[in-house]
Amino acid sequence: MAIPKVCGIETEYGIQVVNGDPNPIAASSVLINAYAHDVARQQIGWDFEDEAPGNDARGAAKEGSMPPMVETHLVNTVLTNGARYYVDHAHPEFSSPECSTALEALTYDRAGEAIVVRSMEAADASSHDGSHLVVYKNNSDGKGNSYGCHENYLMDRETPFSRVVGGITPHFVTRQLFCGAGKVGSETAFHDSGTVDFQLSQRAEFFEEQVGLETTLKRPIVNTRDEPHADPHRYRRLHVIVGDANLCEVSTFLKLGTSALVLAMIEDDVSPSRPLALADPVRAIHAVAVDRTFGQPLLMADGSTATALAIQWELYGQARKYADDRGLGCLGPEEVGAQIIDRWEQVLHALETDPSTLARQVDWIAKLQLLEAYRERHGCGWDDPRMAAVDLQYHDLRPSRSLFARLDTETLVSEEAVAAAVTDPPRTTRAWFRGECLKRWPASVATANWDSLVFDLGSDPLRRVPMMDPLKGTAEHVEALLDSCASPAELVDRLSS
Amino acid sequence: MAERELKKKQAPERADEAVDEVPATSAAGEKLKAELDDLLDEIDEVLEDNAEEFVRNYVQKGGE
Repeated sequence: MAIPKVCGIETEYGIQVVNGDPNPIAASSVLINAYAHDVARQQIGWDFEDEAPGNDARGAAKEGSMPPMVETHLVNTVLTNGARYYVDHAHPEFSSPECSTALEALTYDRAGEAIVVRSMEAADASSHDGSHLVVYKNNSDGKGNSYGCHENYLMDRETPFSRVVGGITPHFVTRQLFCGAGKVGSETAFHDSGTVDFQLSQRAEFFEEQVGLETTLKRPIVNTRDEPHADPHRYRRLHVIVGDANLCEVSTFLKLGTSALVLAMIEDDVSPSRPLALADPVRAIHAVAVDRTFGQPLLMADGSTATALAIQWELYGQARKYADDRGLGCLGPEEVGAQIIDRWEQVLHALETDPSTLARQVDWIAKLQLLEAYRERHGCGWDDPRMAAVDLQYHDLRPSRSLFARLDTETLVSEEAVAAAVTDPPRTTRAWFRGECLKRWPASVATANWDSLVFDLGSDPLRRVPMMDPLKGTAEHVEALLDSCASPAELVDRLSS
Repeated sequence: MAERELKKKQAPERADEAVDEVPATSAAGEKLKAELDDLLDEIDEVLEDNAEEFVRNYVQKGGE
């Protein structure tokens, strides 16, 4: 049986300084430090002990591969909700805690937005030179520079990686139909300049390979980074770099939920009723992004053709049968699995009949509707800078400026749940242990990372508590233990005895 | 032609249930359209004054 699809989402935000030093690394540091000092009022550092982004899931890395450098000198904090909030290259990044369902991961993705908004407010309040920070939840600057929104899914190590690649590629090429964030124009050599007015996805045109280790150049549709942050003999963490950052909750929910479902089917070796291998996945992902009719036939490896929507229907049909036969327990409580598959069906049906009915659910459709209305009112062309400005400002996270926030989009999680997720960890994964220890004994936690906590109990040496299983350390497992410990020293002693 | 076969095969019985959703979503779509005019007024107010400069100045370093 497929293992529980523990998942998480990491977002690199765009950042801009108005009236000040434009250095994005400095600005990102100011943003995150403002939150740590003025809002969270504590700062626990990240422990780099287990970072090895150069490990390749295919075994040996391809010659010439360029894994990212681990930057240990930049601001890097762990929050009481179990998340990591840090400066990654030249961007602020929020990595959600490990979540046990797509709905929970959506809640923490929204909490990340709330944390960034509070960070901006705190940074601006302490600005002495009249400068202020603006943060965007998007994936490109429109000039050929892209930054990511990555998903992570827990997988069974026994599943051969080649089967993961073959099974998930058709979904990653076509899921942009409901989780693309939309973009005016094009910015890479894949499209002739001036020929594309709008794309479903911000990220699609930045992908150049089907499989690979890189994340910053020659980006692959399936990333092979093999860094499980868990027991490597039992688990794999599929690190997904192909997605867009979404603002519409339904897009985020379906992005996570449908991908987890397809991965579960791959683990259980359920095959589609027809082969879904594309002849050229890279060419296909570019083509799907510029086809608002979803009607363009894509060449399949067996010489037949299929449209992006037909591939989605096929994956959905396979998933419905899988759900009927085996249940969707690996996606969380029954109602979450049902919500994923029912919503998937509704969205595909709406795409087929009238995509405009999804303007409250799907980012690219919400944005397109706004752009078309704007264009009609002002009589401007797609190449008018105001169109690019509307696109950019859709993603502005400031409530006073955000165009997205002015749309009445559908929500799936309550504002109360989001507010709680700003400070509290999910109860259903090891993130609960991490977050609760930080809440209860901040002075005694020296550093933390995904799979361990290091306690400073005032006596040498520091004590490391390993957390090699993402499904242990939940509230159910350890809440009573934590409640019964009078001090962190007692906790560490009892855990090691 | 493989395309057509695929479409026929998918036609899920459950499509009937999904149809129930459509009127509600369409109504919401209509409502949204009616609101678009107000929204456009608001956008004209909040959209950065000099669109060209605003867009030109937004330059990011690649990430990940």
